[in-house]
Amino acid sequence: MSHRDEDVTADSWRQHRKHVFVLSEAGKPIYSRYGSEEALSSTMGVMMALVSFVQSGDNIIRSIYSDGHTVVFLQKGPLVLVCVSSSRQTEKQLRGELLYVYYQIISMLTQASISRIFEHKKNYDLRRLLAGSEKILDGLLNLVDSDPSFLLVAVQCLPLASSLRDNISQILQKAITPNLVFSILIANNQLLTIVQEKTVIEDSRLEPADIHLLLNLIGASSAFQAGEIWTPICLPLFNPDCYFYAYISYLDPPECTVCLLLLSTDKEAFYAVAECKRKIEEAMMAQNSLSLIAKVQSYSVSQVGVSDLRHFMYKPFDVPDTYQQLTQFTSPEMEAPYSSEEEKMRLLDLYRYMHSRIHSTSRPLKLIYHVAERETLLAWVTSKFELYTCFSPLVTKACAITAITKLLRWIKKEEDRLFIRYPPKYSTTPNPSKSSRGGKSDQQDSTDNGFLSLL
Amino acid sequence: MGEKLPKVPGDPDTLSRPMRTLRVKMVLLGSSGVGKSSLALQFCKDEFRRTSPTVGCAYLTQVVHLREVTLRFEIWDTAGEEKYHSVTPLYYRGAHAALLVYDISNRDTFIRAQVWLRELEKQYLSGSTVLWLVGNKGDLEQRRQVSAQEGQSLANDRGLFFTETSALSGDQVEQLLLGVAHRVCECVGAQQGALSEWKETPHVDLCHRNTFNPFASCCKVGP
Repeated sequence: MSHRDEDVTADSWRQHRKHVFVLSEAGKPIYSRYGSEEALSSTMGVMMALVSFVQSGDNIIRSIYSDGHTVVFLQKGPLVLVCVSSSRQTEKQLRGELLYVYYQIISMLTQASISRIFEHKKNYDLRRLLAGSEKILDGLLNLVDSDPSFLLVAVQCLPLASSLRDNISQILQKAITPNLVFSILIANNQLLTIVQEKTVIEDSRLEPADIHLLLNLIGASSAFQAGEIWTPICLPLFNPDCYFYAYISYLDPPECTVCLLLLSTDKEAFYAVAECKRKIEEAMMAQNSLSLIAKVQSYSVSQVGVSDLRHFMYKPFDVPDTYQQLTQFTSPEMEAPYSSEEEKMRLLDLYRYMHSRIHSTSRPLKLIYHVAERETLLAWVTSKFELYTCFSPLVTKACAITAITKLLRWIKKEEDRLFIRYPPKYSTTPNPSKSSRGGKSDQQDSTDNGFLSLL
Repeated sequence: MGEKLPKVPGDPDTLSRPMRTLRVKMVLLGSSGVGKSSLALQFCKDEFRRTSPTVGCAYLTQVVHLREVTLRFEIWDTAGEEKYHSVTPLYYRGAHAALLVYDISNRDTFIRAQVWLRELEKQYLSGSTVLWLVGNKGDLEQRRQVSAQEGQSLANDRGLFFTETSALSGDQVEQLLLGVAHRVCECVGAQQGALSEWKETPHVDLCHRNTFNPFASCCKVGP
């Protein structure tokens, strides 16, 4: 049974760990993670009533705590996003997740067109425009629950010998055309490499959240497996009001594990960009890259060689220099005892708890040693990195500290393989003066990001 | 329509005499869920798959051999969702053929196809683009809401071609593509230079160095 058809009066519906609702300021339902929006229109009406009631007193409702549930509200322009969670996550974390949902909607419609639509018609039914995209939002929420990338706001790249990664990057670097801005290669839904236009990222970097949204879009839909896709897409953190044009094509049909994503600012550039793909495909064929990529796997914590260490997440802080880095983290596969979905979720919940303590606004911590029921965790944040480790329950504090020293040494040794050290660049604009942030995107072209014609 | 769609590249006929290959841009328009992507898949891969909603537009190609000429169809399979409507002109601009697809078991999609038709009629002079009305999901006969006569009479009134297909069974799909190929040749191809020639981009093939050797002839020069 699809989540859309769920009976919203049933107990099972109430027992979902995390509900997410999106509604318009007029109280019109736009999205519900479980159950159909129609069936929930009165529930959403109540939510909107709460928002308006507090608003009428010149206040903003942020959250409601009840026995076992946290309700978090987020208002963004004409949209109201609500999360009802029985997880132990903090309000701040839940609000961060709602923001991802908002951004995913923006990535499909742009912020400018959403505001314009609701300026003209307050009770517009936005589901008309989101039709066909519910799966993308569902997929995002599942990822948010299961992938720590969202919690850490960092990207995990596929571990790869730096020589192979460099080769592939060079192939992408050579296949360019005017107005090409980002060339991204993805394997098994993980980032393999990303090449960026020099002048475009001079004054703004590509945020991890934008990459997460792209990865989710590709992972959540099988639509990209048919032919070559040419679609408008907005990167909300880069510029919430403009579209890029994305060329998306798998390089290894019918398996469809290696996906190429080329982003251009020129909507007419399809043939030129498709030609770049042809070049990339040829070069990868000549170097046998695809079969090398196919062998690549994530790594096991046992490779670190520290006996009590079960799992970790390591996020280095990049050096603030002119060489814009991509915020990344590395983490091994979750292995026994964290093989089942429940156990994975339990470990992630522990990490979320550690994260909330480290990043607490009232009392942030630098180091936390937490002895849980079935494991011991240690989180540590310095000016150079943020680290979360999970040990067997019998580890001693001294052992854990030694283990972390060993782990840090191992990561240092492996960092060329675990991270994209220097994200490569290319220059596709003959006239760099034109290419300030978003300036090349077709913001001026009202036919393109405007949905006014529909009203 | 005697020809068959060749499934093997390198049809003996094409090898014996060089034939021109012309590019034909064909766009599929219609509501979401009427089967545009399934039709496109049938055209190009001869298979049926349940597809997810198209994101933006999918580009596929298929070669059709006619007696006189080879056509390389560049098929733009657009997304039917409303959020993409404002960008759809990007995909249908310059198309030689447009398929207006509806679902015979859903009247709304038939009405929507007429909206697309009006939009196209604003853009095109008759004769420059082959417009074809396609009633898909012919396999859903029991749930039919739009009769074949209705489709046919709309087509007659507006000067369209008309076919009912089933992307599920493949019924009439091959015939449709061949029909479009013939009409494009007759209507559009008659105008000089309306169709551009397609040439494969030559590339250096390192595996077959013998094919090109600038010095090969040097040795033969001399007494």
